[in-house]
Amino acid sequence: MKVLVAVKRVVDYNVKVRVKADNSGVDLANVKMSMNPFCEIAVEEAVRLKEKGVATEIVVVSIGPTTAQEQLRTALALGADRAILVESAEDLTSLAVAKLLKAVVDKEQPQLVILGKQAIDSDNNQTGQMLAALSGYGQGTFASKVEVSGDSVAVTREIDGGAQTVALKLPAIVTTDLRLNEPRYASLPNIMKAKKKPLEVLTPDALGVSTASTNKTLKVEAPAARSAGIKVKSVAELVEKLKNEAKVI
Amino acid sequence: MTILVIAEHDNKALAPATLNTVAAAAKIGGDVHVLVAGQGASAVAEAAAKIAGVAKVLSADNAAYAHQLPENVAPLVAELGKSYSHILAAATSNGKNILPRVAAALDVDQISEIISVESADTFKRPIYAGNAIATVQSNAAIKVITVRATGFDPVAAEGGSAAVEAVGAAHDAGISSFVNEELAKSDRPELTAAKIVVSGGRGMQNGDNFKHLYALADKLGAAVGASRAAVDAGFVPNDMQVGQTGKIVAPQLYIAVGISGAIQHLAGMKDSKVIVAINKDEEAPIFQVADYGLVADLFEAIPELEKLV
Repeated sequence: MKVLVAVKRVVDYNVKVRVKADNSGVDLANVKMSMNPFCEIAVEEAVRLKEKGVATEIVVVSIGPTTAQEQLRTALALGADRAILVESAEDLTSLAVAKLLKAVVDKEQPQLVILGKQAIDSDNNQTGQMLAALSGYGQGTFASKVEVSGDSVAVTREIDGGAQTVALKLPAIVTTDLRLNEPRYASLPNIMKAKKKPLEVLTPDALGVSTASTNKTLKVEAPAARSAGIKVKSVAELVEKLKNEAKVI
Repeated sequence: MTILVIAEHDNKALAPATLNTVAAAAKIGGDVHVLVAGQGASAVAEAAAKIAGVAKVLSADNAAYAHQLPENVAPLVAELGKSYSHILAAATSNGKNILPRVAAALDVDQISEIISVESADTFKRPIYAGNAIATVQSNAAIKVITVRATGFDPVAAEGGSAAVEAVGAAHDAGISSFVNEELAKSDRPELTAAKIVVSGGRGMQNGDNFKHLYALADKLGAAVGASRAAVDAGFVPNDMQVGQTGKIVAPQLYIAVGISGAIQHLAGMKDSKVIVAINKDEEAPIFQVADYGLVADLFEAIPELEKLV
């Protein structure tokens, strides 16, 4: 079966971002960019499905600027067979991305689409669910285990009180949680080979999708800073402060 | 302006996060209706009717909604939602699962995890793991929003007397089914609702050592949480994880034990009223956000702390 994996280029998770002085957004100039960590897990899961003989082809797709080709090449080096970039310089909302992915799904007809549960920049946690709604497929969100058998997939999901398993008819949408797997690193020979794998570039216009948004970001501010605390010398002093100064116990 | 709030429940009891979501709805202003979609959930509908400020409760009781499968619940919410100005759900695993599916069905953008209401169409929400706060305006006809519970003080669970109205609509997409559920059992308060949270990190060294934290937590009436490092190392189950990818908590007192304070962890707890850090590394970043820091070996400090409180 064909598996489609969506990946996003985001600021590297180790970078401490800074808000721009004019409050228009965060400063991403000269900041290290990487594949979103949840997307790495999605790619890894697809590659494992291929290694198990469940998946026959892995198509990786990204929606974003020309530079997102770097993340697609990374996915190809990890084991994806070919890549699609839907090029858009704008900052797209999750709904717009879901609509573009729906157009790619219509074109590619995958049996399984794997996405990360959320991107660490916008922290939206929406795209997979929206794609599932638009395509009319079942959704297995926050997956910690994925098992394909016949024409269905059993997805164990991380929920607030523990874990839940649902069975979905294929084709279906899965979004990955952290515990699904441990992504591998790309080896140098595979990075070289990935440069020769096919990468198709499309545009929203070519896919016939409007990316207009009903949301507008008015401003972006730094969060209120906590005032500096004090260091106590002993447990007794700590308890005394908590009881008499902070009055929380 | 009428607002639809999706009740968070397990068919038996109404989850406290619903009260925070109703509080956000009250800040927006207008009539607040609550939808209880489930099976055999009449006790939940009755509890929802008693929430202060709720004008009407819609009860959709059907086998298709028993496990809140989004494939079945989202079409119901989207259908009912057409006559509302706002649709709100708590940013719980259920709310996050269902609401984006509703938003896409209604062809509107969603606003996730709001922490404040600026006006009926403008909201604040954290981005980049809480390192920036975005003010977002929506001009959608129907505003679809998830609410971060810790951003809003809950409304009173008693005092209302709303009418309960049965909703006949049954949507069964037939593309998904519930298999089973494994819930972690705990007598301690629920992590996101606890007034005090004691969390352990990699410094706990192993799962067995968490018994020191449980003993302290029981004495304080606290919930026990963990950092991602402790969860990934297999010390404790993952539903205890506090952080960007786990639970977001904002208790009166948060005690971080053996936690270095990575930004992903801070995103989950830095809105706590008082933060205490106990760590033997005095350079640990957790001390930068802690109101009270104690540089000490946790295996000496925790038993002593337990004795003194």
